[in-house]
Amino acid sequence: MITITNLSKHYGSLRAVDDITFEVKAGEILGFLGPNAAGKTTTMKIITCYMPPTSGTVEVGDMNVFDHSLEIRRMLGYMPEDNPLYHDMNTVDYLYFIAELRGIPPAERTQRLKNIIELCGVGTVLHQDIGELSKGFRQRVGLARAMVHDPEILVLDEPTVGLDPNQIVEIRNLIKELGKEKTVILSTHILPEVQATCDRVVIIHQGKLVADGTPEELQSSFQGQELVHLVLKAPEDDVPAALANLENVSKVEDKGVETGNLRRYAVESQRGTDIRESLFHLAVEKRWTIFEMHREQVSLENVFRELTKSE
Amino acid sequence: MNNIYSIFKKEVRSYFNSPIAYIFITLFLLLSGYFFGSTLFLQNQADLRSVFGFWVPFFLTLFVPAMTMRLIAEEKRSGTLEVLVTMPIRDSEVILGKYLAAFVLLLTAILLTFTYPLTISILGNADGGSIVGGYLGLILMGASYLAIGVYISSMTENQIVAFIISLAIIFALFMLDKILMLVPSGLVSILEYVSINNHFANIARGVIDSRDLIYYLSLIFLGLFLATRTLASRKSA
Repeated sequence: MITITNLSKHYGSLRAVDDITFEVKAGEILGFLGPNAAGKTTTMKIITCYMPPTSGTVEVGDMNVFDHSLEIRRMLGYMPEDNPLYHDMNTVDYLYFIAELRGIPPAERTQRLKNIIELCGVGTVLHQDIGELSKGFRQRVGLARAMVHDPEILVLDEPTVGLDPNQIVEIRNLIKELGKEKTVILSTHILPEVQATCDRVVIIHQGKLVADGTPEELQSSFQGQELVHLVLKAPEDDVPAALANLENVSKVEDKGVETGNLRRYAVESQRGTDIRESLFHLAVEKRWTIFEMHREQVSLENVFRELTKSE
Repeated sequence: MNNIYSIFKKEVRSYFNSPIAYIFITLFLLLSGYFFGSTLFLQNQADLRSVFGFWVPFFLTLFVPAMTMRLIAEEKRSGTLEVLVTMPIRDSEVILGKYLAAFVLLLTAILLTFTYPLTISILGNADGGSIVGGYLGLILMGASYLAIGVYISSMTENQIVAFIISLAIIFALFMLDKILMLVPSGLVSILEYVSINNHFANIARGVIDSRDLIYYLSLIFLGLFLATRTLASRKSA
C-alpha cells in the first residue's frame, strides 16, 4: 500500500530522517515507534504530502506522493501531532466544513457525518465549541476529521498523547476497530500502545530505521535465554540438581523462600527451547507440587531501549 | 471553486461569530462618521472630499492589518494549516478563500458609510461621478491593502508581527505622495506611480483610467501570488 524507499529529510545539517526504507501493507496497523525527535513526525509529514523529502521516494499504491499529491491526499486521513483544531468552531460545523473540503457530495454529507459522529462518539458535543471540549473529545473530533471521507489510509501522529488511561483505552479500541478495514500508520513513543494495537512495528532512532517486524518477532529476536519462573513445594535439597539435569537447561537459580515451605526458582534454558513440559513431567515424577510456573517475556520496552540507546 | 467557497464561508463566519467584525465595523463608522460630521457641522460643508480623500484611506491603513493579521499566521501557529494543506485543495484556494472573506468584511464596512453621500445629496448637490469613483477607489485601495496584509500574514506565525509589518508597508504606500517634496526630482515620477494615494485621487475625482485599475489589480495579484508562494515554500526541500 505504502512503499517508502531510501527516504531522507535534512534540515540544514540536521538529518531528521536518514535513508529509511519500509513498507506498509494494505489493511495493517503499523506502529511507528521511536524516541522523541527520532524523525517520526517528519516522515509522516512527507507521507501526507505536507512537505517533500530531500531524497528518496514515497509511493502510495503506485503513485508517487509528489507527482500525484492531490490524488494521494484524497486517499489519506491525517491527524497531525497535537491534533490542531479550530477552537472557535463547534464540532458539527467543523466536521461539516471538512466534509465540504473533502468534496463529499451534498446529498451524502449528512449521512456520512452521522456515521462518523456515531463511530467516533462525538454525538454529545456536536454544538459545543471545540475550544471548550476536553482533551479526550478533541482527540475524537480529530479522528472524526481524519475519517470524514472514509479514507483508505489513516496517518495518526501520537493520537493518544495527553489522554487519561481510560481515554487511551477507548481511543486504542477505536483505532483497532478502524484498522480492521483500513491501513493505519500510528506513531507513538508509548510501548504498551504498540503491543495493544499494532500488527507490525517499525522503530526509528536518530532518523535511521533500527527495527521492522511484528511485536513478537522483535521480542523473540532480542530474547537471549528463555527464562521460566517456578514456585515449588519440594524438598529443597534435590531441586536445583534435578532441574539442572533436564535437557537444555543452562542455569538454575534458587530465589529463596516464597512463603512457608514454598521456594522460588528461576530456570534458564537455551534460546528457542521450551522446557515447561519437561519441568511438569519432572515435578510429577518427583511428586513436587507446582504452585506457579511462567515464562518470562522480553518486553517490547527492553527491545526499544536496546535499539534506541544513545551512544 | 467549491473549495474557495467553503473556506470563504468558514472565514466569514469566524469574523462575524466573533467580536472582530463588529468591533471593526463600529470603530470604522464611528471614526469616519466623526470626521464627516465635523466637516458638515463645524465647517458647514456638505462635502465628502476630506473624509473620503484623507480620513477613510488613513483608517484603512490601520484597520486592514488588523483584519488580515490573523488569517494565516494564526493557522500556522496553531498547526491547523497543516490540516488544511494536507487536504485535497490547492494552496491558492486557501489564500483566495481567506482573502475574499476579509474583502467582504471590508466591503461591508465601506458600504455602510452610504449615509454620508445620502446626507450630502439631501443637503446639497452631490456629484454622482465622484461619489461612485470615491467608493470604487476606496474598495480598490482597501482590496490592495488586504492582499498585502494576507501576504505578510502568510510569512509569520505571530499575529503581532504580521500586524506591525503590514501596517508599516501599507502606511509607507499611503505616505509616499506626501513626502514627494523631499525626494530628488528624478524620483518623483516613479514614487508618484508607486503611491497608492495618487491613483486613488484619480479615481476619486470620477476619472476611471485603466492605468489606475491596472495598478490596483496588479498590487492585489502580486500580494496573493506571493502569499500562495509563501504557503508553498514548505515544499522547497
